Amino acid sequence: MTHTEELLKTPLHALHLELGARMVPFAGYDMPVQYPLGVMKEHLHTRSHAGLFDVSHMGQILLRPKSGDVRDAALALETITPVDVAGLGEGRQRYGLFTNETGGLKDDFMVANRGDHLYLVVNAACKHQDLALIEVAVSDACDVEARFDRGLLALQGPMAEDALSAIAPEAADMRFMDVRLIDIKGMETVVSRSGYTGEDGYEISVAAEDADRLARLLLDDERVEAIGLGARDSLRLEAGLCLYGNDIGPDTTPAEAALTWAIQKARRGDGEREGGFPGDRVILGQLARGADRKRVGLSPEGKAPVRGGARLFAGAEGGEPVGAVTSGGFGPSLEAPVAMGYVPAALSEPGTRLYADVRGKRLPVVVATLPFVPNTYKR
Amino acid sequence: MLKFTEDHEWLKIDGDVATVGITAHAAEQLGDLVFVELPDVGSRFEKGGEASTVESVKAASDVYCPLAGEIVAVNEDIVGDPSLVNTDPTGAGWFFKLKLADPSDADALLDEAAYNSLIG
Repeated sequence: MTHTEELLKTPLHALHLELGARMVPFAGYDMPVQYPLGVMKEHLHTRSHAGLFDVSHMGQILLRPKSGDVRDAALALETITPVDVAGLGEGRQRYGLFTNETGGLKDDFMVANRGDHLYLVVNAACKHQDLALIEVAVSDACDVEARFDRGLLALQGPMAEDALSAIAPEAADMRFMDVRLIDIKGMETVVSRSGYTGEDGYEISVAAEDADRLARLLLDDERVEAIGLGARDSLRLEAGLCLYGNDIGPDTTPAEAALTWAIQKARRGDGEREGGFPGDRVILGQLARGADRKRVGLSPEGKAPVRGGARLFAGAEGGEPVGAVTSGGFGPSLEAPVAMGYVPAALSEPGTRLYADVRGKRLPVVVATLPFVPNTYKR
Repeated sequence: MLKFTEDHEWLKIDGDVATVGITAHAAEQLGDLVFVELPDVGSRFEKGGEASTVESVKAASDVYCPLAGEIVAVNEDIVGDPSLVNTDPTGAGWFFKLKLADPSDADALLDEAAYNSLIG
C-alpha cells in the first residue's frame, strides 16, 4: 500500500475504486488499467457505443497573452513548435509537436485558440518539462498557468454525441476539433470534439471538484461504460495514433514518424512564417527530401501479437535488423494482432513483407496502411 | 490429486501423467487472452522450463513447466479459442499433459488450501 500512497490521484480516483477498476501506476498516477468488463469488451464497447476515460493525468496549460491579443501568444508558442498556431481560428484546436535541436520530438500535444488565451493539453509524463519549456519560450509574451489540478474526461465512440448532448445539447453542433465553453448542469466545462481512439467523441475539461459528478452523470447513461488505459492503448493503436515515449520521442523526427501532416504550409519552406522552431533545418530538409526511415503499420500474418521492442528483419533468416516495432498488441476490432514500427524508406511500401523476432522466431509481418481501423471523426 | 505451483499453474495428477493449466486467479490477472503457444508433443522440460506462452491484449506471459517431464498431449482447442482459458481455466482451458519424470516430485507442490492462502 505504501507504493500506492506515493502515487498521485486524479479527481476520479475514488470512482475508479468504487467501479472495481484494477489500478496500475502510470506516469506517477494511480490509474485504472481496466474495469470488471475487461480490456476486450471495453475496447469493443467504445467502438460500438461510448466509452468514458479518465485522462486527468494529462497536463492542461493556459497561455494568456500580456498584450491581450491571442496572436501574440500563438507567435510565442510557434518558437517551440512547427505547427501553425497563429492561423488557428477562435474555437478551434489542432495537434502539435514540441521539437528539439536535432529535429526530434519532445512531446506531442493539443492546442486550442480560446479567443483570449491558448489552451494546451500535453502528455502526463512530459507535463513538468513541457511547462518549463513553455515558460522559457513564452514568458515575455504570456502568463503561463499550469492547471494540473483540473479533471479531463474523454467520451469516445459513435454514441458519444447522443450521450453528451443529452446533458449538454450544444455539444451536438460541434464538429471535429471545435472547442467550446459549455455549462453542463451548472458545471463550467471546456469541451473539445476530439480524442485519441479514432472515434468521434469529446474531451471535457472540468474543475476537480466537479469531475466526479460529471463522470457519474455520463456513466448514468446506459450507453456509456468506464474504460481503462488498457483499451485506450489498443484503441489508439488500431487508429494508428502515436504514443509518446513508444512510437515517437527525442530520436524520431516528424518526417520519420509520418507526422508531416501536423506541419502546416505557413511553417514550411516559402511559408509566411517558415521555420523558427528547434530543429527547423533538419525537419524542413526532410519535408523536402524525405527521411531515410519511416513509421509504418505492421500486420503480423499469424495470430501471435508482436510487441514493442521486437526487431525487424528483411529476411526469414540471418542478416542485421532493419528496424524495430515500437507498439504492438492485439486489435480487438480487427480480431488480429496489430503493430507499428520504423523501417527503412525503401521497405516502407504497404505490402512489403518483413520478419519480426518474437521469442527467437522470425514471424512474418506485412507493412500496412495506417490507420488499421478507419476513423469516424465528425468533420 | 490436485496440486498447484506458486507460478499459478494447476496439475491434476493421474498416475504418472499430470494435466496442467493455469489457475482461475492467474486467468483473471492476465485478462482476456488472445494468443496461446503450446509446446510440441514429445518435448521434454525441466521443472520451471518455459513450456507455453500466453498473450493478453496488453502483454505476453510465460507458462512454466511445473515439474520435469515429457509433453504427451496438448489442448489445441485453446489455440483456436484462447478465451476458453478465461472462461473455464480448470476445465476446457487445460494446456498440456505431462508424463512426469518422477511422480513423487509432485509431493513438494502446493495443495489447494496452501495455494488459496498464497493468493489470499
